[in-house]
Amino acid sequence: MGVIMGHEPNGKPGWPKTVKEWLFTLDHKVIGVWYLIGSIASFAVAGLAAMLMRIELGSIGPDITGDGNVYNLWLTMHGAVMILGFQIPALLGFVANYAVPIMIGAKDMAFPRVNAMSVWLLWSGILLALANLVIPDHFNGMWTGYPPYSTSDAAGNTALYSLVVIVLGMSSVFGAVNLACTVAFMRCKGMGWFQMPMTAWCVFTANIIQLIFVPVLAASVLLLSLDRYLGFGFYNPETGGDVLLYQNLFWFYSHPAVYVILLPFMGIIFEIFSASAKNMVFSYKATVFAVLAFIPAGGDVWVHHAFVAGLPDWLRVLQSFTTLLISLPFGLLMLSLVGTLYKGAIRYSGPMIWALGAWVMLIFGGLTGIPNALSSIDYGISDSYVVMSHFHYVMAVAGTMATFGAVFYWFPKLTGRICNEFLTKLSGITFFIGMNVVMAPLYFAGIEGMPRRYMDYQQFADNPTIVNAQYWSTIGAYITFLAVLLMLVAWIHGMLKGKKSSQNPWGSQSLEWTSAALIAGQGNFPSPVEVVEDWHPYNYIDNPKPTYITVASNS
Amino acid sequence: MKIKSLSYKALGALLALPLIPTLAYAFQMEIATKNNYEGLTPQAHWNEMWSEVMWDITIIGAIYFAIALFFLFRYRRTEHNQVGKSPKLSAQAIIGWVVLPCMLFLGDDLFLFVKAFDLHNQMREVPAHAQTIKVTASMWNWNYDYGNGVDTDNELRVPVGKPVVFRMTSDDVIHSHYLNGYHVTEDVMPGRVTWEWIMPVKVGESVITCREYCGANHSRMYGKLIVMKQANYDAWMVSALADAKAESGHRIASTTVGKAIKNIAASKINKGQEG
Ligand SMILES: [Cu+2]
Ligand SMILES: [Cu+2]
Repeated sequence: MGVIMGHEPNGKPGWPKTVKEWLFTLDHKVIGVWYLIGSIASFAVAGLAAMLMRIELGSIGPDITGDGNVYNLWLTMHGAVMILGFQIPALLGFVANYAVPIMIGAKDMAFPRVNAMSVWLLWSGILLALANLVIPDHFNGMWTGYPPYSTSDAAGNTALYSLVVIVLGMSSVFGAVNLACTVAFMRCKGMGWFQMPMTAWCVFTANIIQLIFVPVLAASVLLLSLDRYLGFGFYNPETGGDVLLYQNLFWFYSHPAVYVILLPFMGIIFEIFSASAKNMVFSYKATVFAVLAFIPAGGDVWVHHAFVAGLPDWLRVLQSFTTLLISLPFGLLMLSLVGTLYKGAIRYSGPMIWALGAWVMLIFGGLTGIPNALSSIDYGISDSYVVMSHFHYVMAVAGTMATFGAVFYWFPKLTGRICNEFLTKLSGITFFIGMNVVMAPLYFAGIEGMPRRYMDYQQFADNPTIVNAQYWSTIGAYITFLAVLLMLVAWIHGMLKGKKSSQNPWGSQSLEWTSAALIAGQGNFPSPVEVVEDWHPYNYIDNPKPTYITVASNS
Repeated sequence: MKIKSLSYKALGALLALPLIPTLAYAFQMEIATKNNYEGLTPQAHWNEMWSEVMWDITIIGAIYFAIALFFLFRYRRTEHNQVGKSPKLSAQAIIGWVVLPCMLFLGDDLFLFVKAFDLHNQMREVPAHAQTIKVTASMWNWNYDYGNGVDTDNELRVPVGKPVVFRMTSDDVIHSHYLNGYHVTEDVMPGRVTWEWIMPVKVGESVITCREYCGANHSRMYGKLIVMKQANYDAWMVSALADAKAESGHRIASTTVGKAIKNIAASKINKGQEG
């Protein structure tokens, strides 16, 4: 085949040289980088939308806009692009595509052509989503798109919303099939299921969740457009439909989607913790089962998003209980994280600072989830800043810190250079402080009654807790903005002038550091890798070395 | 061998431990025949539960943080070639490290769940003598119908000391009727009648906000709850009734009757869905 194949070993380390090769690549690493670029661009757009909202909310009254439709456009873009354009592509695109195949000793993904299709579907989805910023009837029905608002004229272009979600969903499903097959069938010789890195397990589980639940999401948003444009009445009470049908379908996917994001970034934290402490992941097998337990445990809790939506009381109480049960697998993962540090030899490298920040945010986020799970408590805090602050801690901030930690962690493999350690740590610490200053005050504003998705709060003008919280939160947003700039400086400086990296800068035992070239070329490994039964990616004491199988060339 | 079987028994006993507070609480609830929130208003009960949950998560978080900080300090790398020395777990140890923490988490879950269920029962059980007020939401307005021809917009007046139940529906999109300080919100949507109830115990004013995104003026869809002394409320109602009657007949026909028909239709739809 031609030069663009990219997944047969050609023995040459390094990136493709021509634009054509980059564009028509089938190499999972190049595709992974395309995912990374797309997700960081999405992060920039959605992050700027957040900045605008924070500036607007800094004080009562219009600050930069008095127009609800403009504000709601920012809010819709922030939620939709952060989740669908940044988090899922960064974790199930970049980490899954770039890192996982090398980590399991595969020469590429199982279906390289499908892989290329997934990434270009993602890019189409992102471009379509960005089009929402320029079309006159922009969709402003929030990333959740609840009918009947989202099917009314006030919401703008419902079709665009349906289309973006369906295109990105297709990209996800193709990617999920591909990665599941890669992990199942492409592991190197000798690597058993329980010799896989946590990242591979977590991404694999996340993709199984995607395969089960994404079709439901696609259906739910497709019905929106059928209702709006063709007069079907799935969600229209006047024709016998039901507005709550949408919420049930939507959250049936979108709660598990939390674990689609949470699990891979926890996998990254495991990776960085283990490599930094040079320590076995605590209770590895049990931790793997805890990860898998999220598939059934996460599938039966969606009603906690609709505790106040008029669903029957018995269902609220039942799913309040099933939601609490999430604390079992989640608690085991948190136990395993702290256990991985026990008797470790912790080095506080740059990526470790980001991973630690993610971990602390995860503790806050996990614990603040408990009150939300109790249906009767939820009657008081539903749709308030309490909920918003909670899910930003657990998903947004912890996830973002882990994702950027992953970029710093695999930066030497991407570029052959290491980011300046001081800048890495400084940006990480600044980001951590900034996001805490953004989110912690808002939790207390939520307790005082501040609702979500407000552009103004003059009804709370005489409540100093809310007014001060909004003010400080905006200060925090400026700090976070600075942190992101510092991070970009660290990346650009690292790419151009960073110290040349050694083959295995973090001292990991995982195959991508031990057996592939630092900047791996086509096919990842000079020849197929083989590991023995005692080999383990987290065995730092007496790990048998992976070996290469020499194959007779037949071409 | 003997030591081993003994340790299994000890393990078994430990497993039961976390369930004790839960069982004790459930038992207490049973003997109090569901009345252990007697004398507590739902909002006071909610506040109590909230602070208990906050203590619960603060204590768990503090313990976890303390251990984490100790490990982070104690096990930092001091020599260049140092590697971690975490002990290799036996199969029993792995099972122990799964089952024991899970029982602890489950114990805490059950404890909170039973208490929250108690609160749920109070918040979702309307007292028999409650006054009914019909709420109709629309973009961006709250309409309160007192059932006697009087209705108000974005201003809700209730007498102190009497439970009030709101029967709510929407003319357009989904809204959510939140009464600040009472810790209740319930979505208000077309095609269904939802409800919530409150027990006002203090004379004064508080904010009513919309808590479900409903478009451009979502954040401006707010009103006032005015809790009045019974005498003042009665006086207000008399004058409001007179005002309502003074208005022309066609308004009553087009608004009140129209609304009543719509409400009947809405409740029929609702029944159909539940049945
Ligand atoms: Cu959820
Ligand atoms: Cu509203």
